[in-house]
Amino acid sequence: MTKYTEEHEWLDLDGDIVTVGITEHAAEQLGDIVFIELPEIGDEVAAGAEVSTIESVKAASDISAPIDGEIVEVNDKIVENPALVNEDPTGAGWFFRMKIADAGALDEFMDEDEYKAFIE
Amino acid sequence: MPDDHAMDEAQRTPLFALHESLKARMAPFAGWALPIQYPSGILREHAAAREAAALFDVSHMGQAFLRPKSGKLKGAMLALETLAPVSVAGLAEGRQRYGLFTSPEGGILDDFMFANLGDALFIVVNAARREHDFGHLRAHLSDACELEELTDRALIALQGPKAEAAMMALGARVGEMRFMDVAETALAGVPCLVSRSGYTGEDGFEISLPADRAEGVAEALLEQPGVAPAGLGARDSLRLEAGLCLYGSDIDETTSPVEAGLPWAIQKIRRRGGAREGGFPGAERILEELESGPARLRVGLLPEGRAPMRAPTPVFASEDAAEPIGTVVSGAFGPTLGGPMAMAYVPTDHATPGTRLYGEVRGKRLPAQVASLPFVPHQYKR
Repeated sequence: MTKYTEEHEWLDLDGDIVTVGITEHAAEQLGDIVFIELPEIGDEVAAGAEVSTIESVKAASDISAPIDGEIVEVNDKIVENPALVNEDPTGAGWFFRMKIADAGALDEFMDEDEYKAFIE
Repeated sequence: MPDDHAMDEAQRTPLFALHESLKARMAPFAGWALPIQYPSGILREHAAAREAAALFDVSHMGQAFLRPKSGKLKGAMLALETLAPVSVAGLAEGRQRYGLFTSPEGGILDDFMFANLGDALFIVVNAARREHDFGHLRAHLSDACELEELTDRALIALQGPKAEAAMMALGARVGEMRFMDVAETALAGVPCLVSRSGYTGEDGFEISLPADRAEGVAEALLEQPGVAPAGLGARDSLRLEAGLCLYGSDIDETTSPVEAGLPWAIQKIRRRGGAREGGFPGAERILEELESGPARLRVGLLPEGRAPMRAPTPVFASEDAAEPIGTVVSGAFGPTLGGPMAMAYVPTDHATPGTRLYGEVRGKRLPAQVASLPFVPHQYKR
């Protein structure tokens, strides 16, 4: 199940693990990404907390934790090669994985159709 | 996201339709609708200027002829010297030079290019300062000069190692031109005023031409091998790598030409002991700073990590210093440099290349070294 936030993140739920990345729309709007800072594994983060930074050639923007949870994995490949996020934002360009206590908290986010309507 | 209202109000350059057909992402800049980037993206557009050729629409910039009322150009040249600390009268026919308008306090009102066309000076100023500058010239030089604003002309910059071949393939006689030469020549059958200059650090040309012929010429240039359109995003990363100042960011009324590291723009003849010493606004401060050195300087900064330090990142002398000593005025990722770069104003005793300073980014003090400018060597054809 993939959900979408108004901050243009996609959330992929598998058991109690959520993989977080940015949408194709966001990657295109940001332009060429040149720097990414990721959270630390083990960080306990609260919904809305800024956990990651993206710098494109144009501007800096933040990625916030969509829900409460613990960071369990980060994608070091995008730190080494930020262009991966432009090339494959919904695949190889994922950002981090978090373990969440309450999968139901994802219900409030948009599904694909709602997100498509949101960005139009 | 573009500001829709500002976009509706924005003036359109003669190349607006071409930008739309090339699917540019447009945004308002200094009151003009201009391309930020094309679908290829800023990194590729930047690379085109460094490795092949990039075409920029800079028609938003203000163009004018300054003509002497006496009929003798020398009169207009000496008049312009009363507003700018540069040698105008020493500029040979067919040559262009960088100039600055200064304030009575010794700040910079704008930077501009001027060329000697024999019977007139050709002046190009920043879009955001166009009204100010032309008003300033009229207010102070009307006794000696006639100012003719050129509102029906476009300005195209073609920059990069393949620019010359593209120009010559369209019949422009530019092969003998050196950096900062100016000449009238036909390009794709259209009479143009061409200078061998630009603002990217590369060899290249700026082409002033009639607005109604600009689209055809731009299209003809884009058909030449290696020529790609480029927007304001690439223009900014290119000029920053080249260590060139952006008015409103790196220089303004609060910075003097000497603080800004532009003493090279003030020829000896206008300095103390020179034949035409002083006689421009702010001369007292500027001439003193040229001799004794300024309190602060614009420097290059190379962050040691990968995080860009954008304006207005505060700059500290140490990791735990309480007060900043300076501020980043331009900062970005340098595509050719392959890392972040910035320019900042810091006290002169912290301005030596190699000095380690700290920029505070998102609450963290990150190390950066003072570096010589430009970050990427210029490739001008001298």
